[in-house]
Formats: sequence, C-alpha cells, structure tokens
Amino acid sequence: LRFELETSKLNNCLIFLPFGYAADIISTVEFNYSGELLATGDKGGRVVIFQREQESKNRLLSRGEYNVYSTFQSHEPEFDYLKSLEIEEKINKIRWLPQQNAAHFLLSANDKTIKLWKISERDKRAEGYNLKDEDGRLRDPFRITTLRVPVLMPMDLMVEASPRRIFANAHTYHINSISVNSDYETYLSADDLRINLWHLEITDRSFNIVDIKPANMEELTEVITAAECHPHQCNVFVYSSSKGTIRLCDMRAAALCDRHSKFFEEPEDPSSRSFFSEIISSISDVKFSHSGRYMMTRDYLSVKVWDLNMENRPVETYQVHEYLRSKLCSLYENDCIFDKFECCWNGSDSAIMTGSYNNFFRMFDRNTRRDITLEASRENSKPRAMLKPRKVCTGGKRKKDEISVDSLDFNKKILHTAWHPKENVIAVAATNNLYIFQDKVN
Amino acid sequence: MFSKGTKRKFSDGDEEISDESLVGARVASSYSLQRQSLLDMSLIKLQLCHMLVEPNLCRSVLIANTVRQIQEEMTHDGSWHMVTEAFCGPGQSPSERLVATEVLCRSREQDAEPKLFSVISYEGCREEEVVADETLCSVSVSDTVSNVCLAGRIGQCWEKSELSGVERDEEALEDSRLGSGEDEEIDTEDGASTESPKTTGQVFGTFEIKNSSPAPDSALEELFSDVDTSYYDLDTMLTGMQSAPKMGPYDILDSLAPSHSSPSIVSTPKCRSDLNELDHIMEIIVGS
Repeated sequence: LRFELETSKLNNCLIFLPFGYAADIISTVEFNYSGELLATGDKGGRVVIFQREQESKNRLLSRGEYNVYSTFQSHEPEFDYLKSLEIEEKINKIRWLPQQNAAHFLLSANDKTIKLWKISERDKRAEGYNLKDEDGRLRDPFRITTLRVPVLMPMDLMVEASPRRIFANAHTYHINSISVNSDYETYLSADDLRINLWHLEITDRSFNIVDIKPANMEELTEVITAAECHPHQCNVFVYSSSKGTIRLCDMRAAALCDRHSKFFEEPEDPSSRSFFSEIISSISDVKFSHSGRYMMTRDYLSVKVWDLNMENRPVETYQVHEYLRSKLCSLYENDCIFDKFECCWNGSDSAIMTGSYNNFFRMFDRNTRRDITLEASRENSKPRAMLKPRKVCTGGKRKKDEISVDSLDFNKKILHTAWHPKENVIAVAATNNLYIFQDKVN
Repeated sequence: MFSKGTKRKFSDGDEEISDESLVGARVASSYSLQRQSLLDMSLIKLQLCHMLVEPNLCRSVLIANTVRQIQEEMTHDGSWHMVTEAFCGPGQSPSERLVATEVLCRSREQDAEPKLFSVISYEGCREEEVVADETLCSVSVSDTVSNVCLAGRIGQCWEKSELSGVERDEEALEDSRLGSGEDEEIDTEDGASTESPKTTGQVFGTFEIKNSSPAPDSALEELFSDVDTSYYDLDTMLTGMQSAPKMGPYDILDSLAPSHSSPSIVSTPKCRSDLNELDHIMEIIVGS
C-alpha cells in the first residue's frame, strides 16, 4: 500500500484533541505495536493514553477515532538532596512493550527514573461477598445466616494504571532515550554520557554498556544524544552524539561497548563550515527502520537515512528547513538552535516525517522523493477538512498563501511526531495540543 | 554580499593602506565584530548555564565547543594577541607576552609548558582573506591544511612550498623555541608582504580546530589571583577548562558543593594582572 503524497488524497480527516487537562506541554508521543493505543507524556509528569474506537460497520467511510483511554500521573517532581537539585517530572520518553496478555505495558522515563506501568481493564466486579457489604463495610458476623458465592457482575469499564517496576538510581545525567530490545526481556536507557542495559524484571541492577565520560570532565566535548535497539537483532544497538556521529555496537563483542562495531559519519562540507557547524550537526534523534536495514538521524536542518552497511555517508538526505541556515546566529541567540526534533518512519518505511517551526511538519516520500509541508493548527484546520500544503517563501516575491521566513513563529515548534505502525495515521504534538491526522480512504 | 578583501595588519604601525585593503578592512572588522559578539553571547550563555539549577549538559558542551572554536580562530589571526597585548605592557619580553596570550589558549597536554602556538608567527598579523556573511553563518574556518577555507580562491593560491613552510612553523613551535620561532616569523613575514594570498594558507593551515584536552591555565589563574572570588564563576565560564583542583563547567553535576566554593588554585606568577583586563572581562560579561 503506497502512501500517496498527492495533496488531494492526503490527510482528509482531521481530529484534534486539545488537552483538556491543565494544558501541559506534550513531551513525547508514541503508538503501541498495534496502533490501537497512543500514549502521550507531558511536562507535568502525566501520561494520557488514547484508544482507537472500533470501526463502526454502519459508518463505512469513517475511521476509528482516538479517545482518551487512561490518564495517570507517572512521575512526580523530586528533590535530590545530595546535589540540591530538583528533578523534573517531565516525561522524556515513553516506549510500549509488545502485548502479551490482556494488559498493556509501557515504560515511561523522566530525567532520572524509568517506570514500568501496567494498564489493565476492569469491566467486571464481584458482588455478593459474605463478610462485607456492597459498600465494603464489614458485616456483623452474627448477622450472617446464609452462605453465598460471589458473582461477577458487569460494571462500567475502568482502566487502571499501576506501576509494576521502578528502575531508579542508575543515571547521573539526564535520560534522553529508552528502547525496548527485540528479545522483549531487556531494554536500554541512555543519558548524556552513559547507556545502561536493564532486565525488565530486575530493578536493583543494570549493566552499564557504554560510558563516554572522560576522566577529567573538563575534557568533555561530546555527549550521547539518542540511542536505540535494533528492531530484530537483540545484540545490536546504536547511539548518536552531539558531534553528528552514530556508533553501532554489538553487545556480543564485549561487556562494555565503548568500542563501536560501526561508525557512521558524513564528512563535513568545508565550504559550508561556520561556527555553528557543530551545533547543527548534533543529532537529536535516531530511529531504525522497521526493516532493520536502515536508520534515520535528525540533525538541526536535515534528516538523513543511513544504510547500516555504509558508514561513510548517508544514502538519503532530506532538507527540513534549509531556509534557516542563514538565520543560525539569531537561532543561536534565542536558543532555538538547541531544539531537539524527533523523526519517525511510516509502517512500510517508505515515508518519513519530522517537525519544524510555526507548527509545520514535513513528510518525505522516499520513493518518489516528493515532500510536503503541513501545518498543525486549529485556526487553519477544521475537523474532517483536508490539510492544505504550506510553503515557506525564502526570498523574492512572496506568493499568496506562502509564509515568509521572518514571519515564522519559533515558539510553535513540533518536536514530537508519531506514525501508526500499520496505517496512515499520524500524531503530531504542537506544544500542548495533540493532533491526529488520518489519510482518507477511498 | 561582501566582497573579498584583505585584512589589515593589526599591530604594526607602518602598514600601507590601499583602497582594496580598506574595503577588506571593513569586511574584516565587521567579521571581527560579529565574531566578538558571538563570543560574548556564548560566554553569557555559559554563565547563565551555571546559574540554572541543573544545566543541560548537551547545550553546555555545544556552547563551550563554540567558544573554543572562536578563541582558537582569534588566536590564529592574532586578534586575541592584540587583546592580550593591552593586558601586558610593551616593555615585557616576548615570552611574557605570549604567556599572557596563553590565557585563553589551549595546550595539548595538561602538564606541558604553555605552547607558544603560532602566536609568534602571527605577531605580525598576517594578511588574510575573509568572507563574512551578515550572520556569520557562512564564514569559513579551515580545519586542516588541506581544507580550503574560502570559495576556491585561496585554494588556488596554495602551493606545496607554503604548506611545508607551515609544517616547519608548527615544528618550531612545538619545540617551544622562541628563537627559531622568531626566525620563522621573519622569514614568512617577508614572504607575506609580497604574496598575500599564500599566507592565508599559513594562517588557516597551521591550526586545526581539534578537540584536544584543555590545560590548566596557570597564567589565567594568576590573572585572577587578586580578584574577588566571585569571579571564579567568570573564570569557569571564560575558559571552560581549568586545572584539576578547580571545577569545570560540567562538574556541577558531579560535585557536592556549588561552584562558589572553588578549591585552592595552583598558580605561578607569570604575568601581571591589570585593571584593563578586568574591565575587558567585565565588558564581555555585561555585553556592553
């Protein structure tokens, strides 16, 4: 099923869900393995899970809508007394575990602690206890004259979230990534300088598999920015750095994977070198393709697709917002140059998506090499309306409907996007609003 | 777009200024201004970093690397030398002057003598070609000898003999021999007056923006030895690299105590501190 980037067919159905709960900035968005559930984490430490409605047979043309399924407080602000530092409750990453029974499991991480949450449904309740009343009060034993067997009665669906494991005290620096391994038994967590490997059942221990902390912290010039496990090979993982490099490591080689198996770096173009070269080369996200053959990296201005078999340069490079290259000094001044954009693949690896400023997000079709810019905003979209492609005017005459670079709102940034694993449904987080777009079915 | 021009020599008083070099001077000074403002901005960001409860390590590292880049480039083209010249009077010997320049320079090893770099060679302030963009974004800084820093033009002017001359320079400096360094300087300075494009190769070719380990800046410490302790933060921010007992910008996460309680400094007096340098530092902080 090819994803068509024809504007007439793209994203015909728009659902947007403004966060009704004390509108907090969304910090992570993630579909589960089936796409039925969509989890979001926010700056206040809350997790909100949306569930897709079953498609109604009566309304053939409508796709299932996503409605709130469960909300819970995952992390609370903490205080590190030793360092006199507050630990933010902001959820940095959520990763789902594959479903193995009726319950759903996900990992959520803030700067320091990872928690395994179990989300389960309860739609039955036992009634008719012998020793207690319906409201829970103990019955007077002398009043009990008969015995009865409690009966399960249906009740309103209740979705409960309970923390099953808490993986704490393993990270000195801020956690930027978590990734579930394909063995479904282990997962890795990465902070600025170290990567740890955990077993999902064991919370008091983790293995340190990468450590790039220099003996003398003044020598520090490079940090880890993202890490991910290979989707099929449970011994392989990659991590990216602030210098624009990616290292692929094989856990079979050694216990400490400080020596990489593969080193991916694109040689710098000397003609475009500037004081900002290093900053804009810093990789903010790395994602394996579903096939496991490619990986994608996001730096400040571009998205690059790498073939795992070729280390010296990417096989594809897509410019996200090249018109910002001449504005780097201003973007450095207002700190926007440090924004960490994420990127994602579609289910078939034929398209990739990433966010930009002004609530714009970009999609690239790898086969046709066509790209599109769309906007996630309430003013410009009505429910069920088709999204209009946007264009940024870089110079000269501004055409109608184009927006000039200087009019872009750099406070409206789309850092987090997610693509349904099987269908053309995307979730886009624009500050404190979540937008879900679906492709029209003909 | 800015036209390419040659940069005026800084410290010499007897240079002749042609029309072309005037235009070039304007370009170069504009570039220097932009570079300086970028440096100021970066230093302020680093300082603000330390004021935050828990700084973002990635951001701090990137800003510090940018500061290092700028400092290296300023050292290369002698601008930093000019700045530090104000700190130490003209009556000082060359070695003292160079050590003062060492203040924000970086040595390769922590316990090595201060490398005299090619500051010696650049006392005369080589002419160089600079192409500046409004926002400094397309300014090119050459990394290695083989890199062409500007749009092809300089590359054409490079010759192998120049490169080998550059290598000789480097060796002389590595040996920290002032005498030979000065000899080299005289030789190449003669060459510079006649073949200005080639010297650019020297300017950019000698240096690499590497990530070598920073050194304890004993000269730096001496400069601040009679300064109020609140300047230790300034210290950290300026260099980002200090002797082992002192805390660097990233140690905040590791340390138990806030940065104000810096441990004792190892200092060997090598350069006088001056009110001027204090003013200059304050200027950077305040960003006036």
